[in-house]
Amino acid sequence: MRKLFIAVAMLAPLAALPAGKIGGKVSVLGVWGGAELETFNKMVKPFEDRTGVKVEFEATRDLDAVLTTRVSAGSPPDLAVLPSPGKMADLARQGKLVDLGGVLNMAALKKSYAQGWIDLGSVDGKLVGVFPKADLKGLVWYDPKSLKAAGLSDAPKSFDDLLAEANAAAAKGVTPFAIGIESGAASGWVGTDWLENIFLKTYGPAKYKEWYEGKLPWASPEVKSVWQTWGKIVGNPKLCYGGSQYILSTNFGQAFIPLFDNPPKAYFHFQATFIQGFIGKQFPALKAGEDFAFFALPPVKPEYAKSAEIAGDLVGMFKKTPQSAAFLDYLTTAEAQAYWVKGGNGLSPNREVPLSDYPNALSKRAAQILTSAEMTVFDASDMMPGKMNTAFWAAVVNFVSDPDQLDDILRQLDTVRADAYGK
Amino acid sequence: MWERLVWGLVAVAGVPLVLSGYVFAVERALSPFAARRRNALRPWLWLVPGVVLLAGFLIYPVVHTLVLSLFNATSTRFAGLGNYVHIFTERSMLTVLRNNLLWLLIFPTVTVVLGLVLAVLTDRVRYQWAVKAAIFVPMAISLVAAGVIWKFMYQYQPPGQPQTGTVNSFLSTLVPGFQPRAWLFDRALNNPALIFVLVWMWVGFAMVILYAALKGIDEALLEAARLEGATEFQIFFKITLPLMMPTVTVVTTTLVINVLKVFDVVYVMTNGSLGTDVIANRMYKEMFNYNDFGRASAFATLLLLAIIPVMFMNIKRFGRGGRA
Repeated sequence: MRKLFIAVAMLAPLAALPAGKIGGKVSVLGVWGGAELETFNKMVKPFEDRTGVKVEFEATRDLDAVLTTRVSAGSPPDLAVLPSPGKMADLARQGKLVDLGGVLNMAALKKSYAQGWIDLGSVDGKLVGVFPKADLKGLVWYDPKSLKAAGLSDAPKSFDDLLAEANAAAAKGVTPFAIGIESGAASGWVGTDWLENIFLKTYGPAKYKEWYEGKLPWASPEVKSVWQTWGKIVGNPKLCYGGSQYILSTNFGQAFIPLFDNPPKAYFHFQATFIQGFIGKQFPALKAGEDFAFFALPPVKPEYAKSAEIAGDLVGMFKKTPQSAAFLDYLTTAEAQAYWVKGGNGLSPNREVPLSDYPNALSKRAAQILTSAEMTVFDASDMMPGKMNTAFWAAVVNFVSDPDQLDDILRQLDTVRADAYGK
Repeated sequence: MWERLVWGLVAVAGVPLVLSGYVFAVERALSPFAARRRNALRPWLWLVPGVVLLAGFLIYPVVHTLVLSLFNATSTRFAGLGNYVHIFTERSMLTVLRNNLLWLLIFPTVTVVLGLVLAVLTDRVRYQWAVKAAIFVPMAISLVAAGVIWKFMYQYQPPGQPQTGTVNSFLSTLVPGFQPRAWLFDRALNNPALIFVLVWMWVGFAMVILYAALKGIDEALLEAARLEGATEFQIFFKITLPLMMPTVTVVTTTLVINVLKVFDVVYVMTNGSLGTDVIANRMYKEMFNYNDFGRASAFATLLLLAIIPVMFMNIKRFGRGGRA
């Protein structure tokens, strides 16, 4: 038997690699599909050509479950997108993640990444996750021409202004919002973004932190009022295209389509920067900035006008090999991140990606908001423990289905809170 | 690539080799004994590999799961029956239990009745092979694919818009004044809509097995009844159905076992949202999303306890069949 293996091993190609090439392969687990996967593949190509390392990418929308299983089975991928900062902290404390201080060139990283990003990727002072791309959340997308034709403003001063305008439009028989929250196992997350942004722009970053840390009860007047504020939009069938049944059954990646129907069926669509790539793929003829644009969700309280919510995909390392180190390093470079930016799939946390690399005025504006925001917070649901996060998603679905059940939904969330933060 | 090919070959050639090697080794080991002793010992020794595999891959995990279900999420603290108490008192868990009961009552009943009707009716048409093939084909599709297909079938667009979902489009064309429904997101409809998908998958199976039983009935018996002036309905309920009863029971128990484990369809189509969660999906969430070994094991144990009586009945029935 052993002889057989030796014979087979000798059959394997052992051709000498040209200088500078490492060869071998690196396995990567992530969530990117569709437009994002196309960009990822484009980004990987020059790395593979240069290093001879083959990148084996595996995509799943149920990242948490797949990653947890593989880690506990002792066969994690070399690199993986981490489901959330909360999960990253769990994995780091279990000793599953490699300390990147010994892998990446920290001096170079500190030059290209703002300290905030490095802090978000650190657990107990050790860097264990890096952001290859980032998204600015809380944007309201629209079609400038149809918005003008409908007499709607593209720069409402406050959330109340936006709501008043939407209600006035509805009274004239125009449906202002297009919302869709379906997303397979993660259905409901779109709603968490709405609620987080409304929260941030009503109560500010300090309270926001208390909330995701589990110190502020769901049934508290603050959190409850945020749901009620959102309920003024999502609970009003006159304001949302198709009503709650449409909101529940429409995938987030297609929810913007009514904006671009002729005549348009809706005018506002709330989503993060990454949706630009989805719009571009669905309607290749549309020009960013001319045919679609965005404004930041206006503040509920004026003092929080300059706040922004961001999110990003964190990548962590489970196995340190020359290949995984090289690829992780590549992911943090301006060269790699320019692909995400050019593809309209997000923004770059790397400061060295020049604004000129952003494909259009629109993404430049997003990048500017990102760098100029005075109060930047990370996606709250991602900061919550996994159990709280999934309960939050499910609560959004229940709320959209029946807003009258709010008290009950919040009580359920508090039950989960008592359980989820306790560990 | 080469590595996999080698392992494939090892599996194909190696397993029979090792097994026949084991038989030889047993003979070697038995050779010092007298012939009578040898014959008495041989079957036990032959059973060893099977029993070891069963113990390792079936009995040990079951016992381990039972033990884990009595511990907390990280299996570090004894929790007694805490996990079970939680399951039987927490509201979202009660919905899960209610749904499984709903599936258990509706799915086997509808599938068996439909399968029976189809078996009897298709028997009487000339193009029965075509009908049967069409009904049986879903059996060949994986449950996940069926879930995806039906997600498209159930798609919803607001009233007045072109309906992209087959079900809504079909119904709004046929039924005047029909309002399209979001089948999977309407609390009154979502559970039946999900159950229907599994019925669609399994009705072919029920039909084929029941058809075989139908064909096993002696034609002379039915002829005699007709000569005596019995109506077709009387023949069906008084002769055909009672004679098919053993098969109906087997089909039903198979369906019951399958429905208790229902997971894929729910996971793919709603992931348990809006009151559609079932035990297996909840178990998956507790285990892989929440890392709660205690509750996941408690759910697994409950499922096992629910399935044991059905399995027991099935085994007893097989045993009787063997002796007959």
